[in-house]
Amino acid sequence: MQIKENAKEYDVIIVGSGAGGGMATKILSEAGLSVALVEAGPYFDPKDPTTATQMKFPWESPRRGASTNRAFGDFDQSWGDWEVDGEPYTKKEGTNFLWWRSRMLGGRTNHWGRISLRFGPTDFKHKDVDGLGENWPISYDDIKPYYDRLDKMVGVFGSKEKRYNDPDGYFLPPPKPRLHELYYIKGARKAGVDVIPSRLSILTKKLNKDRGVCYYCAQCNRSCNVYADFSSSSVFIIPAVNGGGQVDLYVNSMVRTVTTNDEGKATGVSYINKEDRKEYKLKGRSVVLGASACSSARILLNSKSKQHPNGLGNSSDVVGRYLHDSTGAGRSAFIPAMMNRKTDYNEDGVGGMHVYSPWWLDNKKLNFPRGYHIEVWGGKGMPAYGFGFDVSGLNKYIGGDVGGYGTKLREDVKKFYGATMGMAGRGEAIARYDNRCEIDPEMVDQFGIPVLRFDYKWSDYERYQAKHMQDTFEEIIHSMGGIPLGDKPTKEQDWGLLAPGQIIHEVGTTRMGNDPKTSVTNKYCQLHDASNVFIVDAGPFTSQADKNCTWTIMALAMRTSEYIVEEYKKQNI
Amino acid sequence: MKRRDSLKYLIVGTIGGAAAVGSSSGCKTETGENSNIITDATKSKLYGRTPAEIEHDKKVNAESYLNAHELATVAILSDIILPKTETAGSATDAEVPEFIDFIVKDLPSYFQLPMRGGLMWLDSESNKRFNKEFVALEHEQRIEIVDDIAYPDPDNKKPEMAPGIKFFKTFRNLTVTGYYTTRIGFDDLGVTSNFANVWDGVPAEVLANHDVDYDPEWIAKCVDQSKRNDIAEWDGEGNLLT
Repeated sequence: MQIKENAKEYDVIIVGSGAGGGMATKILSEAGLSVALVEAGPYFDPKDPTTATQMKFPWESPRRGASTNRAFGDFDQSWGDWEVDGEPYTKKEGTNFLWWRSRMLGGRTNHWGRISLRFGPTDFKHKDVDGLGENWPISYDDIKPYYDRLDKMVGVFGSKEKRYNDPDGYFLPPPKPRLHELYYIKGARKAGVDVIPSRLSILTKKLNKDRGVCYYCAQCNRSCNVYADFSSSSVFIIPAVNGGGQVDLYVNSMVRTVTTNDEGKATGVSYINKEDRKEYKLKGRSVVLGASACSSARILLNSKSKQHPNGLGNSSDVVGRYLHDSTGAGRSAFIPAMMNRKTDYNEDGVGGMHVYSPWWLDNKKLNFPRGYHIEVWGGKGMPAYGFGFDVSGLNKYIGGDVGGYGTKLREDVKKFYGATMGMAGRGEAIARYDNRCEIDPEMVDQFGIPVLRFDYKWSDYERYQAKHMQDTFEEIIHSMGGIPLGDKPTKEQDWGLLAPGQIIHEVGTTRMGNDPKTSVTNKYCQLHDASNVFIVDAGPFTSQADKNCTWTIMALAMRTSEYIVEEYKKQNI
Repeated sequence: MKRRDSLKYLIVGTIGGAAAVGSSSGCKTETGENSNIITDATKSKLYGRTPAEIEHDKKVNAESYLNAHELATVAILSDIILPKTETAGSATDAEVPEFIDFIVKDLPSYFQLPMRGGLMWLDSESNKRFNKEFVALEHEQRIEIVDDIAYPDPDNKKPEMAPGIKFFKTFRNLTVTGYYTTRIGFDDLGVTSNFANVWDGVPAEVLANHDVDYDPEWIAKCVDQSKRNDIAEWDGEGNLLT
């Protein structure tokens, strides 16, 4: 096969158009550098009516939104989920890792939860507190200016709370709590659990003249047609591509390797065009990987050469290691006081919770390290597939008759509409050397590219954390006057701890550090082994914190991109 | 809330609330009213499908699984579960049989065998009791059978009904979901979702029905919707000025 090479040499080739790749595209193109942005999926614009799912009613789908084709349902705006046709991954025996990929412009930012939490001072130096894992080579003070600018650039609502490890920022005002959230606030406070307004990157107020303001449809997972929530497609890439002419966008282009020269420096990328299934090369003076923590590790590991026999950037053998996802466990509840509620008013709100509980305890008094936050769901949302399944079953909690049909059934549906809610804990796992993704020695995907194999096990640290979540959920539910639904998960069920990957916060595969023997990048997310290769996804995270990773991905990507611009000015690249 | 009220809110909600942004065709960024954006998206009949999903739907629609007799039974049974009322349409009015016909093809491993076998069980039981298939029974005869399978039997007092009870539970789930995901179901339930609006908290009359309230300290932090269109500015400490 003859590889077709594009004659143009770009200043920067960016791989992946999600949160990190989008930020890099914006900063680098606005600085005047020529950019090739290479995305494995097709073009996507949240306001294109042919692909939009926002404001669709359930009956517009013949399956009423069921998850036949999309794991989170027909209206969820992610093209690709735990499985992508023709692009498998494998698992070592005893591993149950799930890997979500969105093959589209903007990647997973088109459907994400918009939960935008800064990491706090402790999160960057947690080894100093409990001796576990590794400290980041940077501190909160290093990244704070970038968080500040990010808040103003992209927009996030929240409230000033003066909590040491949940730093305040430049917030838009949060929406008022919904009814079930008022019950949560009451129950959480009674149980001694802190609760504050949530922090989501949704515009409750005008941020600039290019983007709309939230119109409270509760559908951020469908991506917003007035760009009132953050998606990398709408907020970063489409404006950059339509802007100064600095960005060439390559869609449906699956990067196979980073190409290198005799000095071991990157010369560009090699990719498969999914439409003609031919291999092409792009030349660049530097390469910025933002393909996602695991995809970028895969590209590096597949980029073997005489200079990089163990894969690009992998002289330490650390690429793919220290993979960790957030922990997750949940419980739902029935709140009898919310039965027969008035329904003749809208309560959709924004696409996500209006209140949440940041980590509120000191681990010194607990049998597990690291914290978790609690997310809240519930309310009288729009019915979709699954609505009303076993609705009459709730009667058993109030002495009513389970089962039936006709008038009784209609009354049950109305009685219980909006009377259930739930909680989800999202916590920090310890990054471990043995938890990793590596190249499967035999299997390739439909483009002939060797695939990833996952090897990942939870430890008792994470299991005891999940147990604490379950105990806390029950306490809050009882404090709300509610009834926990289903059975409490047992020790044998790891207390309901979800499989790694299921929270879709996978980080750490190319972790940053000062020592090239134990880390992949330096504190600027620059490969120790190749000075013109950078990583702007969650791979460089030394540890994950009890927060969601996107806001830190973007703050770091901004910092790295501006470092790249400085390096160009100094002619170091 | 009825459809016409929703439309009223849609217009209110979009006034000055949003701006059109540069499109994929390379238009320059423009600002101003976006009165057509929301309605544009709802015009598409494709509910935002990818090419592979369009093919999937075509394939499923071209298949047939339930036969005419089975579908006639589905229609009768779904209307027993959700009959017409003075104010609401029946399951067949809401095209529940059409939904069931589709979903058993779309999720075959979940539903095909339980549905076909359950419908046949219903005919067998009808034949046993009345020497006729379910569709040929009088209403009272149908109800006699339905009353035996519409409720759980935790003490296993009538083990011969167990397959029917299991089938009826699945069938009722699909009927309820199929019904309440239609306009008829929305109107019956009073669903007020899915329109553009400016949400400003739970109404006082609703709070009055519940033992929760807005904490003034909390509400002081929340959005002032009268200023939603003023561009955000902050002081150096992160205090919002606008």
